[in-house]
This record gives sequence, structure tokens and C-alpha cells, in this order.
Amino acid sequence: MTELHHLTLAELADGLRSRQFSSVELARHFLARIERLNPTLNAFITVTAEQALAAAARADELLAKGGAGGLAGLPLAHKDIFCTDGVLTTCGSRMLSNFVAPYDATVVERLAQAGSVMLGKANMDEFAMGSSNETSWYGPVKNPWDLKKVPGGSSGGSAAAVAARLVPAATGTDTGGSIRQPAALTGLTGLKPTYGRVSRYGMIAFASSLDQAGTLTLTARDAALLLQAMAGFDPKDSTCVDAPVPDYLATLEQPLAGLKIGLLQEFFDSGLDPQNEQRVREALKLYERLGAKLIEVSLPNLPLSVPTYYVVAPAECSSNLSRFDGVRFGYRCEDPVDLMDMYKRTRGEGFGAEVKRRIMTGTYVLSAGYYDAYYLRAQKVRRLITDDFARAFKEVDVLMGPTSPTPAFDIGAKVDDPITMYLNDIYTIGANLAGLPAISVPCGFIDGLPVGLQIIGPHFAEAKLLNVAHMYQRETEWHKQIPKGFE
Amino acid sequence: MSLTRKDVEGIAHLARLSITEAELPVYVDSLSKILTFVEQLNAASVDDVEPMAHPLADQVQRLRPDEVVHEDRREKYQRNAPRVEAGLYLVPKVIE
Repeated sequence: MTELHHLTLAELADGLRSRQFSSVELARHFLARIERLNPTLNAFITVTAEQALAAAARADELLAKGGAGGLAGLPLAHKDIFCTDGVLTTCGSRMLSNFVAPYDATVVERLAQAGSVMLGKANMDEFAMGSSNETSWYGPVKNPWDLKKVPGGSSGGSAAAVAARLVPAATGTDTGGSIRQPAALTGLTGLKPTYGRVSRYGMIAFASSLDQAGTLTLTARDAALLLQAMAGFDPKDSTCVDAPVPDYLATLEQPLAGLKIGLLQEFFDSGLDPQNEQRVREALKLYERLGAKLIEVSLPNLPLSVPTYYVVAPAECSSNLSRFDGVRFGYRCEDPVDLMDMYKRTRGEGFGAEVKRRIMTGTYVLSAGYYDAYYLRAQKVRRLITDDFARAFKEVDVLMGPTSPTPAFDIGAKVDDPITMYLNDIYTIGANLAGLPAISVPCGFIDGLPVGLQIIGPHFAEAKLLNVAHMYQRETEWHKQIPKGFE
Repeated sequence: MSLTRKDVEGIAHLARLSITEAELPVYVDSLSKILTFVEQLNAASVDDVEPMAHPLADQVQRLRPDEVVHEDRREKYQRNAPRVEAGLYLVPKVIE
């Protein structure tokens, strides 16, 4: 018998509308799984059972009466970076370990308006800074495919929760790969939309010119369902783009004959695990069978993505995180002797090691005498990388390559070496620097661990990405696999 | 770029971060490595390249009318504050 947690979001929506089960039944089913299995995974920081059951009951009423939103009654988890009115919102940090958000993020508000039911807030790397979910003040998240491995990060709790079927879908954020890399490492579909496609209002800021909200789901169709509700103009975010939102489901099944796929030569370099490369090449062959043309493209400045990012992102982070001063909200140190002591100890004690490292990196590259050599230069290289992408998209419709250089690694393996950890995002950072939409889809396994195929598109090409990902998922079973112990 | 203990203490002060004796050598080492790593950027030819601050080339930061759109939610907001009194945020004495 098919269990409720084996169904995709789209299948659950059908089941709710045909009255095979109610939203309250769904919420109870998933809440029971969270209660039983979350202690093993540590995927949730907060479980909002009571609110969830109340929201599910309201959804059931609307489903019965008619006039329910597109996501009515569907359970979701939100990454704990999104402010949720009246609910603890920690951003994975001691600094916000007592912060009850006084308003909803626009993403949260829109998904709630569409009728979705929040089950809880997902664990994450502290302030979204990390690629392994090991920097969280609430402890590391385990990968359901192998409990000794990391789930990726920073949206690691969202990824582990969906992969283990504790919730059918979750929100995430992606500043340098924080949706796509954990999606790849846990066998999920992870979508990072175009910068500005989804509002950042109420999404706790890390690097404001790179941060973008997106989804972690079982399928591309589910990602389309969620994005439909999340995307669109929001006057509360001055960088949110005022452009019409297409019907993402309408174009999912468009044939791929004639699609021009660019193979990123810089991605198939020596750093890539040969078995990982093989999985990606097999996926590319399938696309050829579907009628796509493969074209090799070179983006000469792309290898500078990681160093560019590790100037730009820390610079923006040092500025954004200056708001945590122990005065208006969040943690404050005990018995400060004066204002300076209060600032320094509050921040020294409230932030974890990686966050402090990035604040200091950012402070240095922005400081007098170093600004031109580091920050201004990085901003110029960022334009070179962006121009490389723009040139490539004159030749091809989408770009493809791996999402992550390796499958999930051991918990603890890279924590002492920031540069090695940073290089996990070598394939994902480019899309953030250029503001491009990108999606990771499961394309196979290496020794029982999932790996992902990354598809990058031009600005606002989410519909094309979802179409290209969906057509692959129609032909493959990788996205349907469930980790042992979580069936 | 190799940083000294004194450099890192200076950066930590600018960033308003207290750093323990035990943390200091770790940051001296890792920040030096990060700065060396990002020196790869020196290989790029950036003459006449316009610096890029926003990922969408044709977008400009939008302005909105200067109107009050939020209601007063001071009490709700102050519930998150470490110390408040009579609607004010309390901090250590600033002026002697």
C-alpha cells in the first residue's frame, strides 16, 4: 500500500481534492513521523504541531466549501531563516535563540495564503553560512541516506526533512548553493529562482545581492507548484522584480526536441569525482535521446567564482550582521560594563566560529586601504563572470553540469578547513553571482549516496528549467528513491 | 596575505567581536588562508570593467512614496528586546 509520505506534493493535492484523506489526517501523519524520526536526523529546530493542526482544519473547511488556494491543506516546513509571526525564528544561531518573529516573511505569508500548512522550522547552518549544516547552534543535521554523512547546507534541515519524508516539501534559501547542494546530497529537486523573482522580505539577510528563496521538493512539478505561490512582485523588497509570473505547470511537458544544452567545460575539470562525472554524462545522454543538442561551452572567468564570492558575500554579511548589537532583539551578554563591552561580548558569544570568520573577512576586505584591492576588484570580476554567462546564453538554452564535486561527506571531515568547505560550492556559486535561476535534480547514486545534475538558465527562465527537469524525471526513477529506514 | 595576531585583533575590534585567546590563532591562520585564496582574483584583467553591485544589469533600486504604511507595533517588537523600560530600550550608561 502506498503510504501518504510516499506521495509527492502534487499527488497529495489531488488526494485532498478528491477527499481520499483530509488535511488534518495529513498533518497528523507527518507530525507523527517528525516525532518518531526527527530525533535521529535533527532536521527541525521547532515543530509547530498545534498551529499546524489548526491550519489543517481551516484548510479542510475551505476544501469542503470550495475556494481553497492552490496549496490548500499541503504540509510544508520553512527554513528557520524565514520570519514566522509568533514562532521562534533562530536562523540556526545562538544570537536569535530567543527571537520570536513579530511578522511573517512574504514567502511564508504567500504560502500560507495559498493554503499550505506549516509543520515546523527546519535546521540550517548558522545565518546560512555553511555547506554541511554543521555550523548550526542547534547541532548538525544527519543525512538520511547515511547518518554519518552531512546533508549539505545551508538548507540542510529542509533537505533532510524532505528526503526522509518527514514533510513533503520545504522552503530554502540559496546564497552560494544552499538549496542546490543539499538537494544533490539528499536526492531532491532543489530550485534557486532568479535573483528578485521571490521576495526577500522577512528572510534574514546574509548577502543581500546573492540571497534568494527557493524550494526543496521531491519533483520538478512540486517545485513549480510552490514557486507559483512564492514568486512575484513585493513592494516590501526593493530588489524584488515587478515582472509577470508565468504559469509554471502549463509548460512542464513541452517536448525537448531541439533544446540546446551547453556543457560547462570548466565544470568537468579535475576536481570532479569521476563517478560523479559519469552520472552527469549519463543524464546528458538521456537528454540527447529526448532530442536535445549538446554543445560544449567555455566560461573562462568561471573558475574565479569561489574567490569572488568569498570577498562579496563576507563583505555583505559583515554589513548585514552589524544589526545584531544586543539592544533591540536577540542575545545579550551577561552584565556588560559599558556599551563597547556589550557589543563585543554579545557578538562574540552570540555568533559561532564560521559566522565570526566571515564577518571578519568582510570587515577586512571593506576596510580603508583594502577596499579597492579586494571588494572593488571582486565586483569587477563578478561582472566578467556574469558577462561570460550572458555570452553562453546567446548560443544555448540552458547550461548543465554537476551540482556538487562529490557526494555527501562525513560529518566532521571538513569543519577545520574553511577553504575545502568553501570549494563544495564551486559549481553552484556562479549562478548566484550572475543572479541566474538554477535547479538540481537527482541523476544517480555513488555507493548508495545521491548526486545531482545542475541545470542553469538565463534570467527568469524558471519555466524552462522546470520543464527540462520534469522531462528528465518522466524518464528516470532517481527522484523516487527513499532512504532505508525512512520508507 | 599573512595576517598577524595584532591584525586579527584590529579586525575583531572593527567588527565589534570579542575573540578569546584560544580562538585568536585559529582566526590568524584561517583568515590568512582565505585572503591568500582570494588573491587569485589578481589574475583577472579588470581594466575598464564596471564594478557590479546588482545581479540584474538593467534593474535600478526602486523608490516608493514616503508614506507611513506600518502601524505602531512597538509593544510587540519590544517583547524581543533584552531590556526595556517604559517603552525605551535599556543599554549600559553611554554618557558619564
